Amino acid sequence: MVTLDINGAKKQLDIDPETPLLWALRDGLHLTGTKFGCGMAQCGACTVHVDGKPTRSCVTPVSAVAGQKITTIEGAKSKTAEAVRASWRKLDVVQCGYCQSGQIMAAVALLESNKKPTDADIDDAMTGNVCRCATYQRIRAAIHDAAQSL
Amino acid sequence: MKLANENLGRRGFLAGSAAAGLVIGFNLLPGGARAAAAPAAAKTFAPNAFLRVAPDGTVTVLSKHLEMGQGSYTGIATIVAEELDADWSKVRVEAAPADAKLYANKLLGVQGTGGSSSIANSWDELRAAGATARAMLVQAAAASWNVPAGEIETSNGTLRHAASNRTAPYAQFVSAAAALPVPAGVKPKDPKTYNLIGKSAPRLDSNAKTDGTAQFTLDVYLPGMVTAVVARAPKFGATVKSIDAAATKKVKGVLDVVQIPSGVAVVGKDFWAAKQGRDALNVTWDFAGAETRGTDAIVAEYKKLAEQPGTVAAKKGDAAQALGQAAKRVNATYVFPYLAHAPMEPLDVVVKLTPAGCEIWAGDQFQTVDQSNAARVAGLKPEQVTIHTLYAGGSFGRRANPGSDYIVEAVALAKAMKQKVPVKIVWTREDDVRGGLYRPLFVHKLEAGIDAQGNVTAWTNRLVGQSILSGTPFESFGVKDGIDSTSVEGSNDMPYAVPNLLVDVHNTKTGVPVLWWRSVGHTHTAFAVETFLDDVAKAAGKDPFELRRSLLSDPKQARLKRVLELVAEKAEWSKPLEAGRGRGIAVAESFHSYVAQVAEVTAKPDGSFKVDRVVVAVDCGVAVNPDVIKAQMEGGVGFGLGALLHGEITLKDGEVQQSNFHDYVPLRMNEMPKVEVHIVPSLEAPTGVGEPGVPPIGPAVANAIFAATGKRVRDLPLTPEKLKAAQA
Ligand code: FES
Ligand code: FES
Repeated sequence: MVTLDINGAKKQLDIDPETPLLWALRDGLHLTGTKFGCGMAQCGACTVHVDGKPTRSCVTPVSAVAGQKITTIEGAKSKTAEAVRASWRKLDVVQCGYCQSGQIMAAVALLESNKKPTDADIDDAMTGNVCRCATYQRIRAAIHDAAQSL
Repeated sequence: MKLANENLGRRGFLAGSAAAGLVIGFNLLPGGARAAAAPAAAKTFAPNAFLRVAPDGTVTVLSKHLEMGQGSYTGIATIVAEELDADWSKVRVEAAPADAKLYANKLLGVQGTGGSSSIANSWDELRAAGATARAMLVQAAAASWNVPAGEIETSNGTLRHAASNRTAPYAQFVSAAAALPVPAGVKPKDPKTYNLIGKSAPRLDSNAKTDGTAQFTLDVYLPGMVTAVVARAPKFGATVKSIDAAATKKVKGVLDVVQIPSGVAVVGKDFWAAKQGRDALNVTWDFAGAETRGTDAIVAEYKKLAEQPGTVAAKKGDAAQALGQAAKRVNATYVFPYLAHAPMEPLDVVVKLTPAGCEIWAGDQFQTVDQSNAARVAGLKPEQVTIHTLYAGGSFGRRANPGSDYIVEAVALAKAMKQKVPVKIVWTREDDVRGGLYRPLFVHKLEAGIDAQGNVTAWTNRLVGQSILSGTPFESFGVKDGIDSTSVEGSNDMPYAVPNLLVDVHNTKTGVPVLWWRSVGHTHTAFAVETFLDDVAKAAGKDPFELRRSLLSDPKQARLKRVLELVAEKAEWSKPLEAGRGRGIAVAESFHSYVAQVAEVTAKPDGSFKVDRVVVAVDCGVAVNPDVIKAQMEGGVGFGLGALLHGEITLKDGEVQQSNFHDYVPLRMNEMPKVEVHIVPSLEAPTGVGEPGVPPIGPAVANAIFAATGKRVRDLPLTPEKLKAAQA
């Protein structure tokens, strides 16, 4: 039995402690906002926050995050998260949308550690998040927009 | 504004699907029939198969086209809402069920999304649907208020009779409208009165796609559902010889190991169990019928073929003679690699098979094709197969294939498992990258003749590569006299006025399965034509923009010429750039839309380069939603640029060498140029934008690099290593 602290609630899961957090969230808890894109920390679709830090849940075994605070897109309700979401909507960033939970989680983490990121900061923080629809220009604009509004 | 699927959990999702099925069932009435056929549903107004208005005034538009990111739901809803004068905040979209009679794509003849046709296909159909519904609501109000229908105005979901100062929301007349006969021949609006079209209504799917609630196939969890991961052949065409599943069966959570036609399925209680089980599986493959060549051998064979005449796809004048008489000749050979689609959501599907029928959940791009293929495998009639189309996490063509590979595989598995429980098949990224159905590898050979005055007198283009359509049920749709239009489009109908033209093609055969990939033949033909034209311009001593302009002299090319001129103006084509930087221009008509792009590139002597800025001009007829059009141009540029810089599937001894995003490299944030889009105002019927942004970017960038360095790379992808070698 593994106990996880997810979006402020304790969840007990009867799973192999080596199971990646991504699949514990999805198949174990049906928290489906966090996506699977590569399974090897190459795309960022599975990004969640672990104690506030952006983390690739596809390569993070649940045993490694027991007792830490895990936030998924469903639980991302901070002021920064809401500002990011609002900018994403205002600029209609999404296309297929499949990468966007991960993009938003990465952007929120960036803005929580850097209130006014430059384009270079955005490149550094966001280059690990793939968008096959190539919504990058709007992601960049939305991050600047959210920074402005915060 | 919400989509039907939004904010529904697992149970809500299932209940929602079932409820929609009922309403849709009653909705589908032929024109002229009474709209309200069933008393239970009498309160909903559903005059045709494309929309219904609920008693609370909510408008639900049924989309026969998949939403895979291209904004089709928003565009389709905009057309209906415009003609209906609906309140945009009350508009939702729901995926239409699979039904070839009601929902066939007029371009494809089946229900499916492709050829950038969603908006073009919907234009007349949905304007009529919306206008008819509006006329019936007006009629109902006129009868109730006892005033002439012609005096009633509508806007924003409200009816108004000015003379008697009466207003009412649509909701008030939903029941009355539902009881009226459906009128024929209602005229759509005068474009001058548009309130929504041309105004960039916000995307209908933005909310759900930013809070994690949007439903993709991967998010479907049915009661009792199991998950399977399939071990597929490591070489195309190989078959299973023997299976050693001893280690797999020891993995906790593995439920079953099942041989199916496409390989060996490991069924688990969840993905991780199935994946662990597959990792432990030992399959011995029989390579007797497999493709065992490498791409090097295939390219070498194609290059040899490029020296032999092929089947003629276009001929004008006498190119051979004109070349013989030319003052100058230019030639070039190009290699375009296999490309995987690699949509962000790897392929996945959920199948629930019972003796009575089959339900399929998928980001389905080819509903009625998948329906009949699934029925065949399941041993059912097509009408016993229900398709629930969900959002697709990208597709780029992959989810529409004539053999329905990922769908029939799951149906075969469900059947082999004796229909006990619903099953979800998840492809890993490795499965996706190695799974075939690639953009075909092509070799192009081009030659041009220039006379003493610098006029282009001859143009030949020979293409060598696999046909996408031959041998599929779509052969009759696109293959004529041995020419697959999807191989040569953009080459045989290249827009430039050259008096002597010869385009021919060799349809090759390999064991590597191929498929359309966002913009299909234009992915390679535009690159060959547009970069070669710059080589010709250089040899003729002409400016690439001016040469294009003068060669687009046929009045049929007026719209292409217009976007060329617009992009040159907006990109300040004639303004000099500093040393080490270059500007490149390219145009392409594809799917009846016209796109021109100028790329600005900074190139360094070490071969590295950066695309700084791309200016796009597009003419796609009426701009239904300008912001969605811009988004598709931005996305097309990024998608095409990723392929130009990195995209390459190679085979060694028949095995695909790439596997995931570390070696099948997508474009990333730091490589995305600044993209600026200009839309030509137009009253022509709208055409597509999902694909047409892709073809010009590769050649525009290659031409910019040529302008900056004087060097060419004609063997894609265009990597710094190759550019460095060319510069040495
Ligand atoms: S799925 Fe975790 S980084 Fe791609
Ligand atoms: S929006 Fe489709 S992958 Fe990013």
